[in-house]
Amino acid sequence: MAALHARGPKPSRLTAGQIGLYAFLILSALFFLLPLYTMLVTSLKTMEEIRQGRIFAWPSPVTFDAWKTAWSGACMGTQCLGVRIGFWNSVKITVPAVAISVFIGAINGYALSFWRPRGSGLLFGLLMAGGLIPYQIFLYPLVRLLANLSLYNSVAGVVLVHVIFGLPLVTLLFRNYFVAIPEELCKAARVDGAGFWRIFVEIMLPMSVPMVVVASIFQFTGIWNDFLIGLVFAGRDNLPMTVQLNNIVNTTMGERAYNVNMAATILTAVVPLAIYFFSGRWFLRGVAAGAVKG
Amino acid sequence: MQAKRRRSLAATCALLPTWLAAIFVYIGTMVWSVRLSFTDSTIFPSSNYVGFAQYTRLFKNSRWLASLENVLIFGALYVAGCLALGFVLAAALDRKVRFESMFRTIFLYPYAMSFVVTGLIWQWMLNPTLGIQATVRAFGWQGFVFDWIVNRDMAIYTVVFAGVWQGAGLVMVIALSGMRGIGEEQWKAAQIDGIPIWRIYLSIILPQLGPALAASGMLLSMGVIKTYDLIVAQTGGGPGYSTEVPAKFIMDNLFERQNLGLASAGATVLVLSVIIAVAPFRYALAMRARRRGAR
Repeated sequence: MAALHARGPKPSRLTAGQIGLYAFLILSALFFLLPLYTMLVTSLKTMEEIRQGRIFAWPSPVTFDAWKTAWSGACMGTQCLGVRIGFWNSVKITVPAVAISVFIGAINGYALSFWRPRGSGLLFGLLMAGGLIPYQIFLYPLVRLLANLSLYNSVAGVVLVHVIFGLPLVTLLFRNYFVAIPEELCKAARVDGAGFWRIFVEIMLPMSVPMVVVASIFQFTGIWNDFLIGLVFAGRDNLPMTVQLNNIVNTTMGERAYNVNMAATILTAVVPLAIYFFSGRWFLRGVAAGAVKG
Repeated sequence: MQAKRRRSLAATCALLPTWLAAIFVYIGTMVWSVRLSFTDSTIFPSSNYVGFAQYTRLFKNSRWLASLENVLIFGALYVAGCLALGFVLAAALDRKVRFESMFRTIFLYPYAMSFVVTGLIWQWMLNPTLGIQATVRAFGWQGFVFDWIVNRDMAIYTVVFAGVWQGAGLVMVIALSGMRGIGEEQWKAAQIDGIPIWRIYLSIILPQLGPALAASGMLLSMGVIKTYDLIVAQTGGGPGYSTEVPAKFIMDNLFERQNLGLASAGATVLVLSVIIAVAPFRYALAMRARRRGAR
């Protein structure tokens, strides 16, 4: 909190500099908000009004028809079931992928920082290097691999791929978290006769709740926003919301229903936005922790 | 002795899934892809080795060359744009402004959204017949032209807009937390010397944020090489190949054009370029760590 009352001169009365400063901030805020505003008003308009080409005008009349269509009637190819299909697919993919990857990340971080079995330095190095490599080089062989395991085009397959590609970051997050915890804690528990798993479950996991929250938020927004992995591995029936949205908007025949498209776009953005607004500082910590990776 | 062995066995077992993933997925698939890049594979992998023929073919392919040029333009402007705008926004918020947290929230929210959503929003705003151009014309400026998204020479810059809009907030957060860590004394000293505020930010604050900004620039650059969804959603690579990027070229050749060998060659080039880009940075970090250790 002390950092908030830090340096710089005391703000005096309104000077030219102050006015310029606020003008700049307000203009920037408008630039950042304009797309959101545009999406929102477009989604509340009728197509007749949209055709008049006043993209920023407030809708009159305001109608929620486009939202209803987007949720339950928008077409992807010949299938008109709305983005709710993709929404539930995304839930089915994201929830287990986040749970599993955060759990494995916690175990990895714990094992790497307190136990360091043989070769663990090499494993950590491999993971960090793997986290930097563009996915394209993994894709085709991985498709073949999953096809052989009968996991290709299934929710389980997408979840598995998300977990694998999430490993570098979650492992790094938890390793850095556990490294800061005094090793004596683990040693004392060992002297008391606790084993690898008992120390993990009874001591380390409860202590790492804050990191579990940060890693979960980070993984949740990342996996929800994913496009590539869902596109390649999910198969027609399990496409996540992002892929379905893109198909609805960019492969429509005939006149585009821009109001429906924008409503569908907002619906796709709403989950990560809600996490952003409601988790506030936790989201920031996730972003900061993720940035450390570079 | 026995107890110790059992304990480390448990730790080894716990890391087993990660070992499997690292060996089979990270290393195994990469080796497999690199091998494919030396074969004449089309729809199915073939074991007919053709040396560097796919690479020669790749660098004679005008679409690949266009994609390289595009990703360089996009990457340079996107990274520079995010860093510059992010730093300026952070400096402005550092001036003890009112409603700081509201502004911060506004500047960062696009970062929470996916590239698909970002691409679609900007595709809509930049739509020449219904978007910004039409609105300005409706206000009475009939000759107003803002059709960059359908203009071969300008379309790539519209992707830069969308990218900077999405990513500048991240740099702002990192720069702002860096600024908050800079001591009061430096401010006082600089102000006694009568240095104007903007000079203080440029000559005193900016150099101190160097490492943090370099790290975020690095992070953004990694994103540039992976850029795929933003392009697919916003322009689909068009008009023509004017916004085509390597990641999209590889995906199209893998899954639509059945050019497995060519796509693998492209992916290998991408991985090599990451290694070339990251290695000096890692080396510098390692050197600095060693120097610090020696001190």
